[in-house]
Amino acid sequence: MNWSSYDTWIVLTGALCAAACALPGTFLVLRRMSMMGDAISHAVLPGLAAAFMLTGSRGSWVMFAGAAAVGVLTALFTQWVHRLGKVEESAAMGVVFTALFALGLVMLVQAADDVDLDPGCVLYGSLELAPLDARSFFGASVPRAALMLGAVFLVNLVLVVVFYKELRISSFDPELSTTLGIPGGLMHYGLMTMVAVTTVAAFESVGSILVIAMLIVPAASARLLTDRLWLTLALSVALGAGGAALGHVGAITVPTWFGFVDTGTAGMTAAAAGAIFILCLLAGPRHGLVSRFVHRLGLALRIAREDVLGLLYRLEEAGGARRARAGEVASLMRSAIGGGGTVTRLAVADLRRRGRVRSRSGELHLTPLGREDARKLVRSHRLWETYVARHFALPPDHLHPSAERAEHFLSRDMRRAIEDEADLPTRDPHGAPIPERTKESS
Amino acid sequence: MHRSLKDDASPDARSCGAAEPSSESGVASLIGGAATAASSPCVASGEEHPSSSPLSIHDMTVAYHRKPVLWDVDFDAPEGKLIGIVGPNGAGKSTLLKAVLELVPKASGRVTIYGAPYRRQRRLVGYVPQRESVDWDFPVSALDVVAMGTYARIGWLRPVTRKYKDAALAALSRVGMADYADRQISQLSGGQQQRVFLARALVQDAKVYLMDEPFAGVDAATEKAIVRILHDLRDAGRTVLAVHHDLQTVPEYFDHVMLLNMRIVASGPTRDMFTRENLQKTYGGRLTLLDQAAHAMARGIANSE
Repeated sequence: MNWSSYDTWIVLTGALCAAACALPGTFLVLRRMSMMGDAISHAVLPGLAAAFMLTGSRGSWVMFAGAAAVGVLTALFTQWVHRLGKVEESAAMGVVFTALFALGLVMLVQAADDVDLDPGCVLYGSLELAPLDARSFFGASVPRAALMLGAVFLVNLVLVVVFYKELRISSFDPELSTTLGIPGGLMHYGLMTMVAVTTVAAFESVGSILVIAMLIVPAASARLLTDRLWLTLALSVALGAGGAALGHVGAITVPTWFGFVDTGTAGMTAAAAGAIFILCLLAGPRHGLVSRFVHRLGLALRIAREDVLGLLYRLEEAGGARRARAGEVASLMRSAIGGGGTVTRLAVADLRRRGRVRSRSGELHLTPLGREDARKLVRSHRLWETYVARHFALPPDHLHPSAERAEHFLSRDMRRAIEDEADLPTRDPHGAPIPERTKESS
Repeated sequence: MHRSLKDDASPDARSCGAAEPSSESGVASLIGGAATAASSPCVASGEEHPSSSPLSIHDMTVAYHRKPVLWDVDFDAPEGKLIGIVGPNGAGKSTLLKAVLELVPKASGRVTIYGAPYRRQRRLVGYVPQRESVDWDFPVSALDVVAMGTYARIGWLRPVTRKYKDAALAALSRVGMADYADRQISQLSGGQQQRVFLARALVQDAKVYLMDEPFAGVDAATEKAIVRILHDLRDAGRTVLAVHHDLQTVPEYFDHVMLLNMRIVASGPTRDMFTRENLQKTYGGRLTLLDQAAHAMARGIANSE
């Protein structure tokens, strides 16, 4: 990999673009209006094309203003089509933005001879060319795109910080917001303006299709990682910028592994954003698949541990005639509750480590600590059967399965409540003694 | 105070009666578009609506797509009372609250809060929307949501400071939710979410509260807690209008009742107005003539152009 200052500028420009998009993008995602970002980014095209035709140059303020205005009009037109045409909102959006986008394309093709902009750029931008068009900035030569996107990022950042409270309430509860004097409609169109301006600024670098990935994907990824609004915003900026770096590195390395020359950075950036999203989906702390798996595994292990204790307790209760040989537990578990195998072996090892059971001459015994835990479990089981027998019209042999589940989840208060309700029962519906409440296990 | 119900036989009640579908102002404005308070004979006589009333609705008609859903609502809320708004589905209960709050446009009529237009008295009115109206997956904590009730006081561009967070926390304790302040709101049960909404209204410290089904889908403990808070509010001289669905508990919870079905069928002290006869009028089907007129207006206007 050949890294030059050229590459650094590409990454920086891409990162600024992603960061600028991530701020309004987060609010789009939170307002469940991601499609509106899609619509606006497409619809700014006729505004851009008109400005190109009029001024013959890029980066003028006219272009900015024209495109942003068309972007905001998209939101307005969508509302009109939705209301006047009684068309469903997403359909209205589809009508408006495809029409505007197509109009823009036609205008671009017409003007193709006069301006240096081709429809391909509309699709995926020209991030790689950004360093070629540099401006002097405090003595350093900085790509014009980086300057523009940096400025837009800063403006967005200031707006989000200053209007943080207003954006939060109008996104969460626009009606209450309006009654408190922060008009939901005004905030909506303010945000749409922000989206439109940002999309225009990002247009040259990443085109009007890939900008959607920058608006939506980092925000959706960040949402998987946290339940705090400011952290969602910060993370989506960071993930967006990280995706841009990863995207460029990927663009110049990944294709060479397969014998191709390097590929477009903008495309790879969007792909990297997708990869980051999948990673967040897997590894997110609360919503993540991995953490959910770990949680379930932990639960399965706890249930197995408690079942082993319960089994040993019942064997003890049976008069000590039967002792469980260490290797026998798994098969006993299997016949008693259908469990067994690896999880049971892990559970037994865990119980040994925690001092709940110990082996004596090849047999498993409960320690005093283990017996206390086991009492609690068996107490839960038999109290549950008592409770179900009182309230459900079920024959006694049907009580067991639900108790097998419920015994692991009854709290102290629930056990007491059942006991009080049933007038301190001493035996369960099968006649087995219910362990009494003690200081430790109530 | 409840002029429209004072006596159905009295001439002035009839002339601007709430249940008169042909009352001039509402219909005229729907067709002509110009809604003027002066065109209404009821509103013109100022003494009809005492300025001391926490909430006066002057001959209000509300239409969606030019189709009226609420006709000529004329109402004065008595101060310091709990007022239940009762009626079948589609009767316009939520619409009534939203029209008062200017969240949906009025076809005609006006609303005053303690004698002045709502816009100038915004701060005196607290709103508890239906629980389903917001996205509970939004990344905010219970405390954040309650603190939103202070935003009007804080004003634009200023941050939510310690002082306001403390006020929000105090309101959360009042509804028994202090322990859940830092919880993300999706982790709360339905009853807890409703309490959070109520705490948000409390922290607003409003004089008039409009609540849209505060008892919907809550557990028995939350229902009791909400009733207790409503009583506290009343004892502090606040006025509460709440949309309510459970007819069984109306006499127990509310001092006054407004029976609504596209128009006010009856309103006044619960013991006088919450009668079998009035309930039958409210729930015994819609007035077909009102429906026909509404459809004709929606259709007629669309066709004539």
